[in-house]
Amino acid sequence: MADVVTMAEPLGMISLRGDHDGERLRSAVTSLTGTAFPERLRIEGTSERGLAWMSPDELLIFVPRQEAGAAVARLSGDLEGVHHLVADVSDMRVCLRIDGPGAREVLAKLTPADLHPEAFGPGVFRRSRLGQFAAGFWLEGQGARVICFRSVADYALALLRQSAADGAVGYF
Amino acid sequence: MLTLTCPHCGVQADETELSAGGEAHLKRFGPGSSEEELEGYLFARENPKGPHFERWRHAYGCGKWFLAARDTATNQVFGTYPASEAQPADTLRDLVTASRPGWMWRDFGGEA
Repeated sequence: MADVVTMAEPLGMISLRGDHDGERLRSAVTSLTGTAFPERLRIEGTSERGLAWMSPDELLIFVPRQEAGAAVARLSGDLEGVHHLVADVSDMRVCLRIDGPGAREVLAKLTPADLHPEAFGPGVFRRSRLGQFAAGFWLEGQGARVICFRSVADYALALLRQSAADGAVGYF
Repeated sequence: MLTLTCPHCGVQADETELSAGGEAHLKRFGPGSSEEELEGYLFARENPKGPHFERWRHAYGCGKWFLAARDTATNQVFGTYPASEAQPADTLRDLVTASRPGWMWRDFGGEA
C-alpha cells in the first residue's frame, strides 16, 4: 500500500526570532500554544498548534490559520520591550502530508539527513534538503509532515508522490 | 563526500546541505588602509595542500555561518566552531598538530 501525499490544509505559521533563553519569550510562546518549549532540533505539539525549533534564535509557531493574526498581535504585546521579531508567515510556506506506514522511506530517499528511527523519532524536527528544495519535516499522526516554500510546492508535491509511488526500499 | 557538524544546531550536515563561503579569518582592510593591504584582503588567498580553515553556511538547515578546519588533501575534518570566534581554539589547533606536525596556515602554526 503506497503512502498518500497530499497538500495539507492551510496552516497558521508565525516566525519568531529572539533569545530562546529569555524567560518572557519562553512564557509568551508556551502560553500561546499550551505546549512545552522545544529543545534543539525538536517540535512540541503538532502542526495544528505547536512550536518548532528552526535555529538557535528562531521558532516556527503553528496555530490554526484563522488565529494567526491575533496570535501575532498577542505575541507583540507580550514581548514589548524584549528584543524580538515576530511575523505572520502563513503564506510563505506550504505544508504537505505524507500518510502511510512508509513515510520515513518516502523522505529518506530524497534527503541526506539521517532518518534512522534512532535519529529521527517522533518529536524530531529536521530542516534539510528534499531533492532540490529546502524543507523541514517531522513525524506526525500516521505519517509525516513537510513544510517548504510555497514557490516550490508543485515540485515538492510531484517529487514526494513519485517517491511514494516507487515504494519502500526496505532499509528501515 | 564531506560531512561537517554544525556547531549551532548540532546536525551532522552533508556537504550538499551546506554552502561554502571561502577562506576563514580574513581581516578586512577598508578605507584608510594601504593599497597592498586592500589588495591582500581582496585577492590573496591561501591554497594549501593540508590543513585549511574555511567558512561554511548551514544553508539548508539552521542557516547559520560557522568555520571548519579540514585537510584539503584527505578531507579529514579537525573540527568546526561558530563564526563568532576570531581564532580557532587551542584545543582545535592541537588536534591539527597531532595529525599534521609542523603545519602552517597564515599566522596559525603548529609548533610541536
